[in-house]
Amino acid sequence: MVGQSRVQRALSKIGFYAAIGAYVLFAIFPIYWTVKISVTPTRLLYTEGIKLWPSAMTMENYSAVLSATDFPRYFLNSLIVSISTSLIVTAIASLAGYALSRFQFRGKAVVSLLLLLTQTFPLVMVIPPIFRIMGSIGLTDNLYGLIVIYTAFNIAFATFLMQSFFDGIPKELEEAAMIDGCTRSTALRRIVLPLTLPGMGATISFVFTAAWSELLFALMLINSESQKTFSVGLLTFIGKFAVDWGQMMAASVMALIPVCIFFAFLQRYLVTGLTAGAVKG
Amino acid sequence: MASVTLRNVSKSFGSVHVLSGINLEIADGEFVVLVGPSGCGKSTLLRSIAGLEEVSAGDIMIGVRRVNDVAPRDRDIAMVFQSYALYPHMNVEDNMSFSLKLRKESVSKIGTRVNQASGTLGLGALLERLPKQLSGGQRQRVAMGRAIVRDPKVFLFDEPLSNLDAKLRAQMRTEIKALQQSLGTTSIYVTHDQIEAMTMANRIVVLNEGVIQQVGAPLELYDKPANTFVAGFIGSPTMNFIEGVAGAKGEVKLADGSSIATGATSLKPGHEVTLGIRPEHLQLSGKGLRGEVQVIEPLGMTTQIAVKALGQQLTLMAMERTALSPGQPVHLSASSKHIHVFDRANGRRFALT
Repeated sequence: MVGQSRVQRALSKIGFYAAIGAYVLFAIFPIYWTVKISVTPTRLLYTEGIKLWPSAMTMENYSAVLSATDFPRYFLNSLIVSISTSLIVTAIASLAGYALSRFQFRGKAVVSLLLLLTQTFPLVMVIPPIFRIMGSIGLTDNLYGLIVIYTAFNIAFATFLMQSFFDGIPKELEEAAMIDGCTRSTALRRIVLPLTLPGMGATISFVFTAAWSELLFALMLINSESQKTFSVGLLTFIGKFAVDWGQMMAASVMALIPVCIFFAFLQRYLVTGLTAGAVKG
Repeated sequence: MASVTLRNVSKSFGSVHVLSGINLEIADGEFVVLVGPSGCGKSTLLRSIAGLEEVSAGDIMIGVRRVNDVAPRDRDIAMVFQSYALYPHMNVEDNMSFSLKLRKESVSKIGTRVNQASGTLGLGALLERLPKQLSGGQRQRVAMGRAIVRDPKVFLFDEPLSNLDAKLRAQMRTEIKALQQSLGTTSIYVTHDQIEAMTMANRIVVLNEGVIQQVGAPLELYDKPANTFVAGFIGSPTMNFIEGVAGAKGEVKLADGSSIATGATSLKPGHEVTLGIRPEHLQLSGKGLRGEVQVIEPLGMTTQIAVKALGQQLTLMAMERTALSPGQPVHLSASSKHIHVFDRANGRRFALT
């Protein structure tokens, strides 16, 4: 900066990186600790006290989780639920978002308001009625029930997100396409849709993460081992008298993998997508 | 190519009339400019011809076909938008060939048309570029190219030069006019810029509050404006307006008691009128309207002088350089044949004799 000596500049740079370092450390520490415990042999868990890294490492916890527990099943269930939910939600939210962005119709403001209202209820409050309703139509204790509930609870936010992406695409593009020879639907398919892909990517990843980490509904609606998602499954490591820390952390680390892969893949879209939706131009 | 006919076209949103009773006949190959202040309905009229807006009443004809209920894609028109509306995910070549591909034209025909158009517009080297990699002027050219590859019956332009800087705007103005002359395609061009209207049009349509004020060749509008609105809108710097009361034989009495001779000899004495005098017709002279120099703006070729007279500001355009200085008293006069006389009650022009 202007008017600063070399020393001052160096100091401010050090301060800057120290602040960033502290922030990153704070954010990453819980994950680090999870990984650390997952590779610590059970016998060392309590004997070594608090150490940043155990004196011996083991993969036992991972192999035990994969071979001796139902975790692979939970994992698969979570994958089925999260992928189905994110695809269904994004498809519906895209259509609804397009309609809210482009068409004028009676009751539009009411629809928006109702969508917004659904976001204000605490989930715990609606669990008992939902449990009763889902039970009477046979949607408790199976994955379909979860997909229906997750879709319902994510659709409002996803619709607003998609609407903002469509708002960011100038109307003239569709008008130009319609003069060039498109119907509204071909203009949607050939012009609007390719431009909304980043937005859809952002919506898919948002809904996927929400469904992947959901615990409350999964806990209330699912009883059978075969239908449990991994978030519920993690609780099975907590026994009546002991907690199997090593295996629980190993399972947690594995549960992070799909989300990480997903985000690594979508990161580019996510960043461009979110800014493109926020700022017109 | 085709003529365009508007018969009694009206459009209203609830009780707001955006367009009222528009009648207009545009000949085959003609370049017509719709001009007016923002909110006058010119863009709505253009979009109605394109089929992007529905009209509440009246007929829109392209050639002999009534197109009110025809979808935009079937009207055989091309439109250039103010924002260019280039497809951001397609390169220049795909942008230009999009409409031909939708029409399932043969690959060889598409190639020839795109090459021809890009050659005409100097876009040959840019065909692979995406819109975001182009400058404003280049984007403008691609938008033009997209319109001309179609070989449509009618070109519609919606303020296509508003986003360009002044120098480029003047250049593109000339290019568009030259292009239209060589293609001979009927064109309707919307602008709020009266200079664009004057320089490009075969005929100008002046709109205000959804009503056509006057239709005519550029100089016809300049020399014989039908009312005070057109008189004030066309021409820069704008026409000076002075209020007065008619006396005998075309004499008009002004507020300061002096009188000025006009050509409107059939005026009834006592009639309230508004006089219009263009800045270049107002002259410094030994006698006449008394005033005081306020500001002098030398433009090189001409000198623009603001004079305070009759409690208002009058603008004068002098061809000679002047030795005047602010505060100096002057006298102004104008030849009677250059004084426009309007009825103050309704703004309409009186025929001069």
